[in-house]
Order: sequence, then C-alpha cells, then structure tokens
Amino acid sequence: MSTTAASNRHPIRLTVNGEVHEREVEPRLLLSDFLRHDLRLTGTHVGCEHGVCGACTILLDGAAVRSCLMFAVQSHDHEIETVEGLGTAEALHPLQEAFRDTHALQCGFCTPGFLMSLVPFLAEHDDPSEEEIRHALGGNLCRCTGYQNIVEAVRLACRRQRQGDAHGLGEGAVPGEMS
Amino acid sequence: MSSRYFGQPVKRREDPRLLTGGALFVDDVHLPGMLHVAFLRSDFAHGRLNGVDVEAALQHPGVVAVYTADDLGDYWRPGPLLVPPPPIEGIVFHERTQVPLARHKVRHVGEPIAVVVAESRYVAEDAVAEICADIDPLPVVADMDAALEAGAPLIHEDLESNLAAHVVQHKGDYETARRQATRVVSGRFTYDHGIAAAMENRGVVADWDGREQNLRIWDTTQAPIPIRNGLAAMLGLSESQVQVIAPFIGGGFGPKIMMFYPEEVLLPWISMRLNRPVKWIEDRQENFFATTHERGQTHEAEMAVDAAGRILGIKDVFLHDGGAYDPYGLTVPINSQCTLLGCYRVPSYYSEFKAIFTNKTLVTPYRGAGRQHGVFVMERLLDLAAAEMDIDRVEIRRLNLLAKEDFPHDHQIIYQDFAPLVYDSGDYLPAVDKAAEMIDWQRFIAEEQPRLRAQGKAVGIGLVTYVEGTGIGPYEGARVTVEASGKVNIATGVGTQGQGHFTSFAQVVAEQLGVDIADVRVTTGDTREFQWGCGTFASRGAVVAGNACHAAALVVRKKILALASELLEAAEEDLELVDGKVAVRGVPKTAMTLGELAVKANPMRGAVVPGTEPGLEATTYFGPASGTTASGVHAMILEVDTETFDVEILRYVVVHDCGKVINPMILDGQIHGGVAQGIGNAFYEQLIFDDEGQLLNASFMDYLLPTSTDVPTIEGAHMVTPSPLNPLGLKGAGEAGAIPVGALFAQAVEDALSGLGVKIHEIPLSPHRLFDLVHGGGSQHGGGSQHGGGSQRGGGGR
Repeated sequence: MSTTAASNRHPIRLTVNGEVHEREVEPRLLLSDFLRHDLRLTGTHVGCEHGVCGACTILLDGAAVRSCLMFAVQSHDHEIETVEGLGTAEALHPLQEAFRDTHALQCGFCTPGFLMSLVPFLAEHDDPSEEEIRHALGGNLCRCTGYQNIVEAVRLACRRQRQGDAHGLGEGAVPGEMS
Repeated sequence: MSSRYFGQPVKRREDPRLLTGGALFVDDVHLPGMLHVAFLRSDFAHGRLNGVDVEAALQHPGVVAVYTADDLGDYWRPGPLLVPPPPIEGIVFHERTQVPLARHKVRHVGEPIAVVVAESRYVAEDAVAEICADIDPLPVVADMDAALEAGAPLIHEDLESNLAAHVVQHKGDYETARRQATRVVSGRFTYDHGIAAAMENRGVVADWDGREQNLRIWDTTQAPIPIRNGLAAMLGLSESQVQVIAPFIGGGFGPKIMMFYPEEVLLPWISMRLNRPVKWIEDRQENFFATTHERGQTHEAEMAVDAAGRILGIKDVFLHDGGAYDPYGLTVPINSQCTLLGCYRVPSYYSEFKAIFTNKTLVTPYRGAGRQHGVFVMERLLDLAAAEMDIDRVEIRRLNLLAKEDFPHDHQIIYQDFAPLVYDSGDYLPAVDKAAEMIDWQRFIAEEQPRLRAQGKAVGIGLVTYVEGTGIGPYEGARVTVEASGKVNIATGVGTQGQGHFTSFAQVVAEQLGVDIADVRVTTGDTREFQWGCGTFASRGAVVAGNACHAAALVVRKKILALASELLEAAEEDLELVDGKVAVRGVPKTAMTLGELAVKANPMRGAVVPGTEPGLEATTYFGPASGTTASGVHAMILEVDTETFDVEILRYVVVHDCGKVINPMILDGQIHGGVAQGIGNAFYEQLIFDDEGQLLNASFMDYLLPTSTDVPTIEGAHMVTPSPLNPLGLKGAGEAGAIPVGALFAQAVEDALSGLGVKIHEIPLSPHRLFDLVHGGGSQHGGGSQHGGGSQRGGGGR
C-alpha cells in the first residue's frame, strides 16, 4: 500500500514467482501489504498481522516465512514465491490437487498459507507420520476444517509423490468430479 | 431414478480458484482512486464523551476527511432491531441498538468514535492517533450479578436498570413434579462461549458512482440482501441503485450476519459524500473488540427424577450477558432455553432468564448460538442424577430419550423462529447405541479404564446427546436458467462462507436436469443476481436455499419436458433427460440438447403465447413454516495429565442425523470444523475481562485457537431420518459439531478425575482451571442434590 510520503522511500529489487520487480517503498511497509497491494498478488492472505495465524505464509529463498512479520525492504535481493506461483486453476500443483481431493479447505482463506508452509515440508518428507504432519501444520490456523482433512491431504500428496504421480490423480481417484 | 449427484461426495467446484489465490475476497477489491478508512475506537468500557478534537488529524498529510457523530446529521441513528422479541406472554424486552459513531457516551471498549479517510491505511492510522477524544470514565458494569444490583451504574440511562429482557417459558407444573420426585439434583452452571475468530476479519468496500447514480458495496456479510435493503432505506436510495456483493468470505460462523455494523453503515455514506471508492478492512485486534462475541450465561438449575431415573421436570433460571446493545434480540438465550430440552422427554419445565446489558462488546449468535449453554446444563444435570442414583451415564440417557413414536413432538414452548418448538422427526435411541458401540462404552468402563488407571493414567469417557433446531424460515429463493449454450445458471440470495454452496446447489439442480455438474454455475451473495432472500445462518443454507434450488429445477425440468414433448411429438412420460439432452427413451436419434431447446424456448420470430414465459427458466421460493430438528451423539475418551492438567483426546466419535445428505464429504467437513470449534470452546478459548471491562487477551498470542495438534481425528457415522418438512428431506448441519463438545468435555474430564472428587460445572476449562479445581478443593460453583420434597442439602459426590 503506497503512501504520500514519497521522500521516505527506498528502492527495492526482488524476484517474485520468477519475475523481477523494482519498486520504491516506505521502510514501514509490510511485505504482506507490498505483495497484496503493490504487486496485486492477493492470494497471500492476512489474518492476524502478528505472526500467529500463518495465512500470509510465503517462501523466502525457499523457506516458509510469515510475510506480515517482514518489511518489504527486507525482501530486497531475495526470491519470493507466493501461492500464485504454485499452480493454476487449470493445472493444480499436486499439493493443491490433494487438498481438493480430500476436502481440505472450506472458506479457503487460510489455505494459501497452509500450502506455502507445506511446500518445503513435502520436499523434505517422503513418508511422514501423522505426528510429523500435525507438527508441520501447527503453525497455521484453520477455523473451518478441524485440520483432519488437511492431514489427509498431506498424506495423499506424499503418497502420490512416492508413486511419482506428479499430476495428482492417484490410485483410486476418479478423474473428474467425484472425490 | 438412481442418484447421479444428490448424496454423492462431489468434489467442490469452487476449490481451484481458492487453491490458487484466484478467488476474490473483500480485501482483494482494488478500485482506481480508492481511499482507505481507519477508526478511532473507545479505550474505555464506559464513559461520558464530552467532545472529539479532530483538527490535528485533518491537517495530517494524506488525510481526506475525518468524521464524528456530529457530522452524520440525520444519518446518525441507532441500527435496526434485527430480530424482534418472540410472542411469549409477559415478555419484557428493551430495545437498545448500536449507533454508527458514539455520541455523548461510550458503552464498550472498541466502540467507534471517529473515522478517518486517507490516501492509505497507514496514513489513516497515523491520523487516528492524532484525534483527541475527551472522555470522562464512568463506573463499569462488567459482571452480570452486579449489573442488576440497586444503584448499579446505568449503561442506558433512560432505562431503570441494566435489564435488557426478562422471559419466562414453562410447560406442565414443575412444582408438582418436584414434590413427586424421588430425587432432585441441582447445580449452578456457568458456560462461556468465545468469539468466532473467522480467519478473515470483516471488511467493507463502498463505491458510489455519481454518474451512474449507483452504489456498489463489497461486504463480508452472511446476508447481503437484508444489508442492501437496509442501506438503501438509510441512504434514501432505491434498492435497485444499491448492489451488495458478498464475494468469497473467509469464514462467517454468525458474527458476519446482517448486523448493520457501524463500519457497514458508514462506508457507503462516506463514499457517497466523497464520490470516491473507500475501503475498510478490520485488523485482528479490532476484530476482538468490534466484531460481536457470544460469551456467557450463569444457570441455577435443578432436575426432578423418579426412582428409575426418569425426568419428571426441570427448572432453570439464568442470566445472559448481552453486551452493550441488543440488536439481535433474544435469539441466543431463547436458543439456550429451548435447546436445553434436547433429545429428552421432559414432562414439566420452568425456564426463566434475564438478559443483561453490560459494558462489553455486543453478543450475537456464534455457531451454536446459545444452544451449547442449554445442552451443557441438561447433560450435566443428567450426569449428576446418574452419579447420585448409581445409574450408568448412557443408560440414564437411553431411559429419557424421546422414542421414534413421539414425533412430531411438541415441547409446548416458543422457539427462536417464533414457531412452537416442535421436533419434526428423529430416532435417537439407535444413535446413542451406535455411539456407545463405536466408543466401546461397556468394555472401556469394565476393562480398559481399570487397567489404565492401575497404570496411573487418569482416563475418562463421556457420551452426550444434543438437538439442533435448523433450517428456519422465513424463505429463500433460487433462479435456474438453461442458457443457449446448454449450460445451467443458478442464482440464489444467500451468502457463502465456505459451506460449499457452489457445489451442493449445483448437485441438487444437476440431479433434476440431467446435466453434467461441470456445466452448472452457481452465484450466491450478489444482490444484482438475485434480490430476494434472507441469508446464511442458523444452519439453514442447504435446507432453505437448497430446497428453493430443487423447486426451481423441477419447474425448469417441467418446461423442458413440455417443450420437448411438443417438438418431438412424444408424451412427456416417454422422454428422458440424460447428459444434457432430452430424447425419447430408447430412441437416441431423437436427442436434442438442452441448449437447442433453450434457443427454441426463446425464439426470434413468433410470439410467446399468453400465459407462458420465454426461455427455460424458473424462479421459485421455499419457506418452511418452522425449522427442522437435527440431532446427534458425541462420545470421547480422554486422558488428563495429573501434573500439568493438559488434556489429550484419545478418541472422538460423532453419530449425527441431519436427514438426507446432499454431499457427505461437505457434511463431514462441517462436522469436523464444528467439533474443532467446540474443543476450542471447551478447553482453549475464553475472553478474559477485568473489572474495568477491558479485554485482556485480545490477540492470537493470548486467545488460543485450537491447532492441528489439539484436534483429534473424528470417527463419524450418519443416521438418516429424513425431515418431512421439506421435499429433499434435509436438516441443517452447520452448527451441529460445535454444540455438545463442552458438555462432553466436562463429563469426560470429571470421569478422568473422579478419584479426586472434582465436579465440573463450568466451561471453558483449561489446565490452569483444572489445577485450581483439583487443588482448590473442587468446583467454585458447587452443586449437589436434594432428596425429593425435602430441603436437605445432599452431598455432591459420586
């Protein structure tokens, strides 16, 4: 979100979802606001602005971080990935596909944060236990699902990952509309 | 006809957009020239507002306008009474509704005093800090008992006291039942429900277009049509000039109902005044103060039982904390009053409550909406009776359940929808037996529990039942259209906050029209698309709007068959609708697509015959005379760590009956989420106020929502007792999961700690509170029993 105080602006240069952006921003501008309002990448959601809910989670140089706890100026020279970089509605990322197949989202507001928290987790875990999955989800709040189907989604994504089934439709799932 | 879509776990049509960040939420609305709004809110719970100095804020660079109550002129007025008091004899109700900006007085922390409009939200907040509100603090009414004492400070000074309402409902003669009772058990029970804490905070974008003379509003509301109607009236506009859009909403759970929140009322006014789009997005801290709560009740209750443990009667007198204003009428305490009766046969009932004004945020329904409180009292009374009379806890419930033959069952009191509390249908005993079987009740108590206790483990088991009045009127509508492309469009007036309406309504319609669900598009929550209706609340979306969709689809189906019958020169009975085509059964070459038929139904030449309409379209409404009653049984096994008093849920079982099911996958999701919120309510979440009415834990650091490590895997089973009140046989399910969890938690924790003699008469619990209950010598609220007809105070122990 830009302000009128143009004198107090800093140039930043960063890569978001593979695209380089150069902007001038106020030092106090939150990274979450920068992504949402300056770059119009509104898939990153803001739920608490104090680093608890995890809805604003993004990848900073591959690590899951909360964009509401960073200033935009701190992202200078870094690489960011947001949910918009994951998959498209027509070609979902396997993790997104697993969320859909297991009904792991209801209102969907917290979902981008869960997905971005899970991307590095999946890269590091092939066959996690339920306890490991629940621990990995522990930093993201969801008020709709009770987490049960999110745990299931992670299991499904891991299973498909093990089977090398990159595009989602694993064993037993019917292409199309039935879960 | 076998069901292709109805009753199937169809994957959600809305998910791809939500999963890729492509769905529109209110804060994603971005308009050229848009200004941003921030509010100055009261830091005091109660105070005299002498004046507001906005000069410095107005001078702040980037500030466009600052408004206080004085600037609003005739637009300043208390909000509407959303739900008037029900027609109950002798009812007392004092209507005092919230105002857009405080004038002369502030009545709760967070009440808005002034509003700043600026080039950015950052600047608006800077300027808010420069406003000076001159407030003399007044003594605060934070406690319900103190609120009614003589000489208590008055929140609304034109009233004689802080009493907001007084309601008595009764059936039968409780005093006679009490005299005839073998035993009377009693207790003082407190139940405190927290905040909805939807992950998306509230927000409003208003855009007045002076050239078009149109006002567009994006609002995080569960009920866009009532908001459109109300705002048009307040602003002196025609309803057709106002469009309210509830796009994707990040969770509702009640507080996003048609509240006419100050922000909802002010943003459109500001946009018209400045002729520019304006946006306000609530932050999480504001949400704790400015979005409605549910909070607490204190019940003094007793139950009279006969020698076998059958309920003869119940008496319950309670206080309900309503907060500073009462625009939502008595929905929450009436729900408590009615839902207390639960699944049981209760021959006599005396229930009296007083709703109290306090210097706290308003109380309106939050998922469960007071039902939790009533269920807690009933279930705890049954547990007391079971313990006193040495009856198994499941057995005392089985003994008192309404039988299948008892339906429809008239409880002879008035429900929140103003209709008599009549249960339309149900079959409770098989559900109790199923849950007991799934949790392995007998074996756990006979074998597992003694074995685990011998190992020093404090394990407990519980089982409770509940009902949920759902699917209340007045009505919803739907328009179903077959377009020339053959695709089907559905529009309905309810809003959607994650319930899957884009899928379930499509299932209902695709089932009737024989089309692929991928060809059905659903619009909800846009007043330009459908302008009659009420909203999504009270577990009514699927029941009321779902049946409206069904009714409209039936009419369209009829139009399709009539036209095809004429064109194909075949009897309607010989036609079938399959795969988006209509054909003479068994003669595939006669097939016409629905798109072709839609074109024929809307010809460019020739006349539309009088009495008919062009197109394959129908708008239909469904209005149930009264709600339909869903029910369920929850059971759990938990372990209490007797050093830290943390609780681990080892098993959680839900047996649920909401009649016929449109989409079992979506239904299970609703149950899971409800239980998770119930667990939050039972053990993690509580709004903590001090004596000055200050909320002490207004952040997610301090107000704990359950996380993935706190919520167990839920084992579920469904019973199906179709409702006779609607053609699809549906009952609502949105709130069910959340309702009995507190009662269940209390029972299971009490069982786990039975060796320590702890009595649980309150929710929420916490490790801290359990420690105090154990080490402080038991419940602070007491409890006990009296023998029939006598006044001797019995022991409370088991």
